[in-house]
Amino acid sequence: MSNPPSLDMQVQIGSLTMKNPVTVASGTFGYGPEYAQLVDINALGAIVVKGICMNETVGNQTPRSVETASGMINAIGLPGPGVEGFVKKYIPFLNEHSVPVIVNIWGKTLEEYGEVAKRLSEIDGVDGLELNVSCPNVKSGGNAFGTNPEMLAKVVSIARANTDLPIIPKLAPNIPDVGLFARICEEQGADAVSLINSVPAMAIDIETRKPVLANTFGGLTGPAIHPIAVKQVYEASQAISIPVIGMGGIQCADDAVEFMIAGATAVAVGTATFYNPNTFFEVLAGIESYMTKHGFTSVKDLTGSLIN
Amino acid sequence: MAEPAPSPNTSGIQQEPVTITEHAVLYGEYRLLSMDAPLTAPHVLGGQFIHFDIPTRADRLLRRPFSVYKTEGSTLSILYKPVGRGTRAMVELKPGDQTSILGPLGRGFPLHPVDHPMLVAGGYGMAALYMVAESLNTTGTIFMGGRSSEDILCVDEFEKIGWNVEIATVDGSRGTQGFVTDLMDPWLEERGYTGKQKTKEPTFYACGPNPMLKAMWQRALDSDTTAWLSMDRHMGCGIGACLVCVQKVKDPTATPEEWRWSRVCSEGPVYESREIVWEAHE
Repeated sequence: MSNPPSLDMQVQIGSLTMKNPVTVASGTFGYGPEYAQLVDINALGAIVVKGICMNETVGNQTPRSVETASGMINAIGLPGPGVEGFVKKYIPFLNEHSVPVIVNIWGKTLEEYGEVAKRLSEIDGVDGLELNVSCPNVKSGGNAFGTNPEMLAKVVSIARANTDLPIIPKLAPNIPDVGLFARICEEQGADAVSLINSVPAMAIDIETRKPVLANTFGGLTGPAIHPIAVKQVYEASQAISIPVIGMGGIQCADDAVEFMIAGATAVAVGTATFYNPNTFFEVLAGIESYMTKHGFTSVKDLTGSLIN
Repeated sequence: MAEPAPSPNTSGIQQEPVTITEHAVLYGEYRLLSMDAPLTAPHVLGGQFIHFDIPTRADRLLRRPFSVYKTEGSTLSILYKPVGRGTRAMVELKPGDQTSILGPLGRGFPLHPVDHPMLVAGGYGMAALYMVAESLNTTGTIFMGGRSSEDILCVDEFEKIGWNVEIATVDGSRGTQGFVTDLMDPWLEERGYTGKQKTKEPTFYACGPNPMLKAMWQRALDSDTTAWLSMDRHMGCGIGACLVCVQKVKDPTATPEEWRWSRVCSEGPVYESREIVWEAHE
């Protein structure tokens, strides 16, 4: 899939150059090898791997997920190999590929965000850090940091102090003023923000009258949340001058273009990959078709092109 | 005894567009769905599955995993029973409809030679075992269980390829009354496969509902017999990325406390009994 020579698809996230604006949402693409069985991961603008904290974590009990109308609720609970496990197990694989690697990181404490950021900065093959401050499915860390402005400022600040890599806080949907939260990230030195994370949600088994998920609550993803995400992306991008990476329910290029018109510099495909592993190819090709049809030569010109 | 690992997934996984070629009621509520899948069908091993995109699913998104029942040339067949929103939407599929599958997925049953294979099937669990019966070095016995006669599927198919079929139904409408394990226990002991007079070493291959698998698991551990179990867990992506379909497992010699999560879709679905750690409520 080569770009028509007349189209400039390149976008910039801090010091990270993406050859096109399409990436994947953390937690929906494993660490790389899983989907590399099926698709050419080098075609992505960047890959965002599943959340990593300092030590190995096991995640939540099962059931961890349930399908709902036009979406799914998950409460995986951030299982992961820890920083050293990730470096040992996946960095060699990722270094065999040309695709830039953004590592999603989280911590149980403020300090842990700093430690993980510092350690990953020493690793050849890590090109950016997404700060997970909005996972609804872990008790400590996660959403507790992302829904409190003071805590968010501290997380971004400590990460900034510990790395020169581009840092991208991932914002929660369940905050009253996304512009305020985005501005805090910018003030504390973030290179971009990404949003939205999954929307806190719940499903009940009416036969047993018990929660479906072992964790009771989970995060809703998929096309059901797309319009919510478009609004949040629009508001965030209005409030800041750093790039926004838009995500939430992208199924096709139209959804991605909508995010870019709303103000996103780049977009991430999430849940749709689960049922159609080719989604990101289709999204990329579709953005190019849209640009050609509507006379855009640079994808950057799409960003924030909303006509009010 | 060193156990061979389940069959490796050596054939490449791919997403293949498929066309439905046949859709028929098999017995009772059970249906046979066949599709033309020339890239996938020739590579499927017994116990592997496909992840099926339900085009008639309305607001449903996720694919559904199905054990492959049979392959013949480029034709791949599955068996299903409409039980949830996804499978109920599948009832509307008709020949000529197009959709896609991911496959072949998972590590199927090990197919190395054994002396006395015993297949144990509950309901449509039988679907995962037909290709095993076809592929093993020798024939043996399949124990089929179900709630009633309607849950006993494809007896003729197994008999045609030389397998002895033993049947149990909970309501007694076909075969012995009771669970399939109630039928198995005396049958195996009388023939010297278990108990004090044991002279023959059986190897079990089981697929069915969790209570059946757990009963099989307990017998295998108690008698130190090899039993391969195909685990059934809710699944998301089917290829190991989403971490939804996890099962607690351990090294065969470890204690249950030393469990770790294993992704059923990609590291399973087939595990040896000594690896499985059940949840307390199961």
